[in-house]
Formats: sequence, C-alpha cells, structure tokens
Amino acid sequence: MPLISFTDKGIFCAQGNFYIDPWQPVDKAVITHAHSDHARPGSQSYLCHRDTLPLLKLRLGPYNYQTVEWGEKINLNGVTVSLHPAGHIIGSSQVRIEYKGEVWVVSGDYKTEPDGISGVFEPIPCHTFISESTFGLPIYNWKPQHEIYHDIQNWVRSNEVAGKTSVLIGYSLGKAQRVLQALEEVTGNIYVHGAIWNVQETLLQAGFKLPAVNRITPETPKEAFKGSVIIAPPSADGSAWMRRFSPSSTGICSGWMQVRGNQRRRNADAGFALSDHADWPGLLQAIKDTGAQKVYITHGFQSVFSRYLNEIGIDASEVKTEFGTEDEEASTPTPEAAQ
Amino acid sequence: MAEHDNDIKQENPSLSPQVGRAGGMAEFAALIFSLGTSTKTNDKLQALSTYFSHANEKDKVWVIALFSGRRPRRTVNGTQLTAWCCELVELPVWLFQECYHTVGDLSETIALLIPDNKDSSTYKASHSLHYYVEQFQQLEKGTEQEKKTFILQSWQELSSQERFVFNKLLSGTFRVGVSQKLMVNALARTVQLEPNIIAHRISGNWAPATTSFEQLLSEQSTQTDFSKPYPFYLAYALEGPLQDLGEPTDWQAEWKWDGIRGQIIKRNDQLFVWSRGEDLITDKFPEYTILQSKLDNGIVLDGEILPYNDGQVLNFNVLQTRIGRKNITKKNLQEAPVGFFAYDLLELNGEEIRHWALSERRAALEKLVASLQLSWLQLSPMVTFNNWEELTTIREQSRSLNSEGLMLKRRSSAYQVGRKRGDWWKWKIDPLTIDAVMIYAQKGTGRRSNLYTDYTFAVKDGDKLVPFTKAYSGLTDKEFAQVDAFVKKNSLEKFGPVRTVKPELVFEIAFEGIAASNRHKSGVALRFPRISRWRTDKLPNDINTLEDLKQMLELYGK
Ligand SMILES: [Zn+2]
Ligand SMILES: [Zn+2]
Repeated sequence: MPLISFTDKGIFCAQGNFYIDPWQPVDKAVITHAHSDHARPGSQSYLCHRDTLPLLKLRLGPYNYQTVEWGEKINLNGVTVSLHPAGHIIGSSQVRIEYKGEVWVVSGDYKTEPDGISGVFEPIPCHTFISESTFGLPIYNWKPQHEIYHDIQNWVRSNEVAGKTSVLIGYSLGKAQRVLQALEEVTGNIYVHGAIWNVQETLLQAGFKLPAVNRITPETPKEAFKGSVIIAPPSADGSAWMRRFSPSSTGICSGWMQVRGNQRRRNADAGFALSDHADWPGLLQAIKDTGAQKVYITHGFQSVFSRYLNEIGIDASEVKTEFGTEDEEASTPTPEAAQ
Repeated sequence: MAEHDNDIKQENPSLSPQVGRAGGMAEFAALIFSLGTSTKTNDKLQALSTYFSHANEKDKVWVIALFSGRRPRRTVNGTQLTAWCCELVELPVWLFQECYHTVGDLSETIALLIPDNKDSSTYKASHSLHYYVEQFQQLEKGTEQEKKTFILQSWQELSSQERFVFNKLLSGTFRVGVSQKLMVNALARTVQLEPNIIAHRISGNWAPATTSFEQLLSEQSTQTDFSKPYPFYLAYALEGPLQDLGEPTDWQAEWKWDGIRGQIIKRNDQLFVWSRGEDLITDKFPEYTILQSKLDNGIVLDGEILPYNDGQVLNFNVLQTRIGRKNITKKNLQEAPVGFFAYDLLELNGEEIRHWALSERRAALEKLVASLQLSWLQLSPMVTFNNWEELTTIREQSRSLNSEGLMLKRRSSAYQVGRKRGDWWKWKIDPLTIDAVMIYAQKGTGRRSNLYTDYTFAVKDGDKLVPFTKAYSGLTDKEFAQVDAFVKKNSLEKFGPVRTVKPELVFEIAFEGIAASNRHKSGVALRFPRISRWRTDKLPNDINTLEDLKQMLELYGK
C-alpha cells in the first residue's frame, strides 16, 4: 500500500487516516487553501494553516478546525504532517507527509514568484511530489509582477485621462488583494464588490494590512464611482450590476489573458496576465527542486505536462482530481486536458 | 469579394513593448495593437494620423502599402516556422502543436514561446518596419538556410509584441481591422490633401520598396503611372423602405451581379485590368486582350467580370475554377468563359468624368459599348420599372438570372470614392435556407480557439445522414458556448482536431447560391453558407433531405 492513494473522495493517506483537500465529507481533512474546490464543507475536522482559518470560517462556517504554523510538525497516527508556504494565496500551503523515511509533498495550488502577500513558495525535498498544472504549457511565461502592476497602473491612469472609471476583474480571494496592492500607488479611491468586501473584512480582522476600500451597495450613488477604481469578481463581469460604472473600461486580471483570443472572447477592454499559479518555468523549476523520483500531475494540462516531464527524464503520471473549479482554473475550459 | 475580418483586436499587455523601446518596428507594433484596442473609429483615426505624423518616411510608405492590401508575399511556410521555433526554444514539435491548439494562431504561439530578452545590456534595438519587410522580399529568392538565419535573428531581437506582428507579416497572414478608407482619411489629416485625391494617388501599380512617401503622394504619381485605377464606388445595403428613395424616375435599376468587380483601363497604348481588391489581373483574362487595339487611349470602364456564355450569365462557381490559377490554359478558357458587364465609364478621351451625372456617363458608356461590337462585352442591362411595387416583383426573378438582387443608382449621382450612403444602394434577395443537423465540430481559431465553433452539417437521405456543408458564423457568443458544451458532452469519436457528435442539434443554414460539385459527397456546393439560426424547436427528424437540396440545385444551380 503506497503512503498516499487517489480515491474517489480525494487524496488519501491510509496510515494517517486523513485526506488532503477531499471533495466529499471525511473524518479528517488537511486543507491546502481556502478556495472552494480545495476546501469543501461537511468534514468532521479540518487541519489548516493559521492564516487560512479565518477564510475557511468565512466560506465554510463553523466546524472543528485545528491550525498550525508553517514548518510545525504534527503526528497523525505515526505519520508526520507539516505545512509549507505555497505562495498561491494568503495561507496557502503545501502538505508534507513523512512516514518511515518516505516523504510525499502535495502542492495544492502554488506560485513560485513571491507576491508580497501570500508567503514565499518553498521547495520541499521529497520522494514523491503531487503538482498542479493549471498553466502547464510553455506559452505561459509570466512577466514579473512589478511590470504587470506597472501596466495596470498605466491603464488606470489613461482611463482617468479619458474620463472613464476603471473596472478590474479578479477573483475575490487572492487576485483582488494583489490588484489592491497594485492600485495602492495610483489611487485611494477604490470601490469593491460585496464578495471582495467580505474577504477584505475577514483579512483585516485577522490582522492583515490592506489598503482601505469602499463597499458597493445598492444605495451607493452612481456619482461616487466617477474617478474611482472598481474591483469586481468574474461573476459580476457582463452582468447588469456593472452598468452603474459607465462610462468605464474593463480589465481582466488572469493568467488566461496571456492569449489574446481569451481576452477577446471575454469582451474585455484590457487583459492583464496576472496569475496566482506558477507559469511553465515555475512549474518545471519547482518540480526539479523537490528532487522527487516520482511526480503526479493534477488539475490543468496534466496529460501534456506529464508527457513532457517523462520526455525530459522525470517519471510523471497524470491524476484526475476534482480540483480546478474555483479561481483562475475555472475561467477558461482547459482544452484537451480537461476532457 | 469577402472583406477581411478584424484580426488584431485587443491589447494584451503581456505582449506590450518593453519600457523605453522606440524605433520603427516598435512604433508599428504599437500602432497595430492600439488599432486593435480601440473600438471607436475616431480613436483609430487618431492613432493612425499620430503614426503618420511621427513615423519615418519609408515606414509610412509600407504602412500605406499594407493597409491597402499590398501585403508582402509569403516567403516561408508554417511548417518551417514551427520547426525553427522548436529548435530555438528546445521544445518537441508535439508540445508546440499543443500550444498552437490552445492559442489558435501560429504567429501568436511563436511570439509567446520565445522568451523576451530581458537583459537590457545585450538587448538590441529592433530595426525599422521597412527593414524587415524588405528583407522578406529579398529572402524570396534566398536559400532555406538564409531565411532561417534571418528569422531566428529577428525573433531574438524583437519584443513579444513586435514578434507577433513580424510573424503575421512573414507568414502572409497580416490583416488589419481598418479599412483603406480610414487609413486614407488619417493620411489626409496629416498631409493636407483631399481623401479622394489620396485614394487615387495610392491606387495602382507601385512598389513600396522603391517609392518614396513624396513620390507616392505627389501629383506626378497619377500621371506617370498609367495603370492607376480609380477607387471603386461601393454601395451600402438598402436601409429603409423603397418609398423613402423618392421618385422612381430619379433612379436607375440594374441587376446586382455576383462576379469580380473590376476596372478595364486603356492608357498609353496599354491595357490594364484591376479587381476591386486592387490586384492587377490583366493576365488572368486573355479574352480582354483584344480591347488593347479596340479601345482608344484614355478610357476607364467599371464593371463586373462574369462567367458568361452565349448571352447567359453562368453560376459564379464556374469562374472560381479560374481564380487563383497561375497559368490559364486553353481548357480553362473553354470551360470557364468570361464576359464583362460594363456599369460605368470613369474616363473618356483621357478626361476624368467621375463628376458627370450617372445619366450622362451611362449615355457615353452605351455609345462606347455599341461601337465595340464584342459579344462578351455587354452593358449591364437596366431594369425598367414604373413604380416601386413593380420593381419589388421584378426582383423576385434575380436568382433565376444568377443575379444577387438589384442595384439602385440615382441618375444624377457622381461616381464617388469608397462605400457611401445616399446615391447608390444594393438591394439583395433573401438567402436560400435549409434545415440541417450538426454532425462534426472543430475548434475555432483566434478568438474562439478554445471553443468548438466550426461545424459540419448534414441532411437526411433515407436513414443516412449526408454531410453537405461547413458553416462558421451566425451564432451569438452565448449560443457558441452552449453548442460547445454540447459538443464536449456528446462527442462520439475524435479524428485529429475533429469530433463527431451525436446528431441532435438542428440549425437553419442560409446561403447565396448552389452549384453541382463532384468534390462533395452530397454532389452540391453552397456559396457563402452560414448559420442563420439555431432551430431549438426542431428535432433531427425534421431536417431537410438530400432530395430537397437536389431540387434547389435544379431550380437555382444552373
Ligand atoms: Zn486555488
Ligand atoms: Zn486548484
């Protein structure tokens, strides 16, 4: 029996009797991060990083939660479990599992470039590595964060000159906080959608420092948006709710914006390839840094990516999971891989 | 002929130029992307005129050339570009193909795969637009190795955005979502000339590499280049009821012919034939050579090149066998005979007469055509009618004459430049339609590269389904997304990029014409097929039959 197996409830450690990011209710769930495809309700108990806790409470409600710090080791039936920064969103962690000298690491979602908010991704040496592959194609090669921020700032300024309200579309948990970071330097007049407001309040209460924002309510007068910058989640894009910002210009922040066709299909005025996931070089580097002898590739371009890894001498297999339905993973159907 | 769709639309900052870069190619790429970003005509006009007031002279000439359909010829093919890119970035070809399937555009795939040279100390400034385009021209005769060396070098010295535009130019797939008219208007703003004067000066036969901006726009240009056609006057589709046009007696009606709009020019003892796309096609129509001796110097005819035999206009499909052929054989001439239906006279005795009233030009044209006595050179016949109701009835005969409908021209109208409302209108007949079921689906390209948007349709033949056409456009983005989801759930088999799908979705296919074809299983080929609507109210059993198609062929396909 391998230390970790892939079951229809999720990634399972039989010896420790726990699941990682299970997609059905289980006794014990270890949670990598608070995105809804990785953190689902109904389990008896949850283990997560301290910074993930408030977000889990916000999204799942009251449950039996246990928190740890990064690197803190806990023992589950003889199995040593620890969490390590994944750099994806606030609190996001990789899960290291060790039993009798054998080490597995489950990456969850990760990003290798430090973003200044989410913790710095840490390569963990292991025998077996389970990696995501949301952007597992060589066309995904991100520009450095500061350059993308610069693009966003320039865009906001040019909208201002044209007398338009800038509306930036990004996921409420993760992307929205990074967009705020970029905006901080150009404006203090920011309005956010309720979903983003909820995350913001939760993070502020947990002690995170974030630029001040205003909540958009049905009562907010239309004039208030003039000269402001709006942050809204993808679900609001194209809805009647957006009309109140007119005249406005819409910019989407997502790794998928790397390809012009996606940007056009989403009917955006601008696209910023700002992603919370590792790009192609990031994925390759992360995998090599673990020194793993065996790699399992989950959600994303798993078949293409694992084929390539095998060709360059890394033993890789693809694994079907039910991840990849929140955040950027969900916004564009990944072609062959998703079917 | 079909006009090209907007290919370069929104700005993608991930393809944006590096900070602080200047120079020809960077400026040009920025222009192309900003034209793509703006949806308003005025913004595009502004971007172009700003470009024209700053860019270097030689680049401007090339921009005029590129925006008026004078694209450089393709010097390398996609297979070569793919191989070289794979070699440069050390990736296997299959992985490149995966990327291409996701991106949907070869030029963009390559632009994204090659990393930008981020080290500014070794970063070379890219050259000007004219440098690259003229290199392409020289490479036409070069060896494969020479082409490769130049292209690899260029890829590495260009930024991602420049590389994309470079690849588009290189692979002959360069399109701009800007009409020639808009470009001319922008130019007019910068050089202080009337747009119609510019339009005329930049028409005709000139080589961008050896023509300077000065020469191109100077008055002499029209005098030294005898081949220059006039810009075509084009009509919009009729917008309101006929009655709004006023008195029927003020209007001349003609059939709208479906051929190749062209100008025949005789000047300086030479004959030139131009198509509306501003291609010089004199060689393609040896039938017209006799006009070289028969026409006086200083004559320009506007008309339609049509498949024509024994007093009959034939199906457009007949002409298609001749288009695109390098050499026209005797056999082609026999199998696809052509005529010329003259619409208008633009120059007579060396004098430009576009400002004359149509009635006057028509009278002169009638005299000229009558004097020539050539069976294949016909006046486009006038349709006589006494009132609008009568004309409406007459229009019903269009299809049986292989015409697309009617043209309405104000008798007092001058021959204008480009597409204009008011004096000329086209009044096309409704398309033919047939209900069919979707049986194959394939992913789109460009903006729809991740969606199944290209479908093949079938009609019933007993209990079999016979594929008869592909159709692309015509659904809304929302409908495309729904059909895409259906395809993903209901695909039966996969052949390369093509999925066979459960025959369940019924669509109404509209088309302009039908012709017999032995290249198609169904025995018919449709002209301009497109999806007119999704018949969610119909079941696969309700679709039309092969027999129905054959009847349409019998009625309209001759
Ligand atoms: Zn996530
Ligand atoms: Zn995920």
